[in-house]
Amino acid sequence: MKTTTLQYKLIMAATGLFLCFFLVIHLLGNLQLLLPAARAQEQFNWYSHLLSGNILIKIISWVLYLSLISHAVYALLITRKSKKANASSYYYDKRKVSSPWSSRNMGILGTIILIFLVIHFKDFWYVYMFTDLPLDAAGNKDLYTIVITTYDQLWYVLVYEVSFLALGFHLLHGFFSASRTLGLYHPKYVKAVKVFGWMYTLLITLGFMAIPLYIHFIK
Amino acid sequence: MKLHLKIWRQLNAASKGEMIEYEVSEVSEHMSFLEMLDMLNESLIQRGERVIEFDHDCREGICGQCGIMINGRAHGPLTHTTTCQLHMRSFKDGDTIYLEPFRASAFPILRDLKVNRKSFDSIIEAGGYISAAIGQTPEANSIPVSYEASEAAFDSAACIGCGACVATCKNSSAALFTSAKINHLVQLPQGKLEAADRVLSMVSQMDAMGFGNCSNTEACEVECPQDISVLNIGRMNYEYNKALLLRK
Ligand code: HEM
Ligand code: FES
Repeated sequence: MKTTTLQYKLIMAATGLFLCFFLVIHLLGNLQLLLPAARAQEQFNWYSHLLSGNILIKIISWVLYLSLISHAVYALLITRKSKKANASSYYYDKRKVSSPWSSRNMGILGTIILIFLVIHFKDFWYVYMFTDLPLDAAGNKDLYTIVITTYDQLWYVLVYEVSFLALGFHLLHGFFSASRTLGLYHPKYVKAVKVFGWMYTLLITLGFMAIPLYIHFIK
Repeated sequence: MKLHLKIWRQLNAASKGEMIEYEVSEVSEHMSFLEMLDMLNESLIQRGERVIEFDHDCREGICGQCGIMINGRAHGPLTHTTTCQLHMRSFKDGDTIYLEPFRASAFPILRDLKVNRKSFDSIIEAGGYISAAIGQTPEANSIPVSYEASEAAFDSAACIGCGACVATCKNSSAALFTSAKINHLVQLPQGKLEAADRVLSMVSQMDAMGFGNCSNTEACEVECPQDISVLNIGRMNYEYNKALLLRK
């Protein structure tokens, strides 16, 4: 049997939901940045060290990279297919009135997230993994200071805020869409997942948005 | 009332189409949209011009033949309404109205506002039936069907196959149509027997005909004349995933 776009969507839904799960863990880790400066430095660096040394975390991070890449690749494949399916455009097009904006712009939102990830990986992930950083008092690489000095730059904070907004809209549609792709159809649970998706999106988005703002303006 | 119409004219699938302007006057608000087009066609005949071709049959919202993109929306400005059930009271004197065919690569344009929806037929041919030689009409109560199941099956079966779901979808996906046809059968005892093969083959056929994927924008439900629920798509995905997992 030939692979269908629905199978592509299944992979997108599975990888997307794994990324959604990862965001929760990532946010919880980042919240340590909000502690009083000395504690935050010690604890955040200790936590980063803990993650980088753990074999289980290594495996999960490889699953994460793979998920991200396949999510983006399949997004590209289905977008190409739907462009072909919807090749001739309307002379006068008002179709957008019958669907939410985020649901129609998942590709653009995803691309913003992808660009953000390149910057994010370069400035933190790469620096932590592959360069010699100064050590803190406990002898752990001082990622904390890198983060704080990076967030001192206003333009950098702005790039982050815009990216998190894009992430928020991507999640708002993506979380619910994944549940539909996986086959949820009972009206009661569809409603529950929609409500949960809203709350999840709100918490994740506001959580990520708050951290750079807090560090730049208050800390 | 007097109206300015901009109508897509195209001689055949191979030719290039364009928007042509027409004026109609003395349109009554009680006229249906198609009657207004009949009136315009009368005047074209009198002037010796080629009439504007559009599909229609029952003109009472049940056959699914009609379908025009009116002012950029499938079947016009109202939700859950076929083109034939749209009336001129939805427009005002002096309005400009844009008329285009349903556009999708899987719906090639035949002429003017008429498209070929054979791709829908081929999805049905791929499994939208029950393959049993049943002879004469069977005794109605020999296979018990609960009230809820029969109503739910009817709700899916209400799809008239007009193609508005495809026309309004940014991906030109046929997910709503295909899922309605699949669910109409899967909810009945007779349809359950071939459920797995049916869903696999109809979904493959939908792909093969060049429809796009479903992004769950849910625009289709809004434009669907029969208000077919998008939950049908969820159910189709459920049946599909189950069939994929349990496939030998
Ligand atoms: C943290 C990062 C991301 C998360 C959590 C995420 C999550 C999701 C989820 C859950 C879906 C729904 C899948 C479905 O429709 O069944 C989705 C859809 C989508 N994602 Fe992502 N995504 C992320 C990053 C990206 C990136 C980097 C791209 C693009 C390069 C992207 C492109 C898309 C597209 C185009 C869709 C829509 C598919 C459709 O039209 O149905 N995503 N995403
Ligand atoms: S002509 Fe039959 S539904 Fe419109």
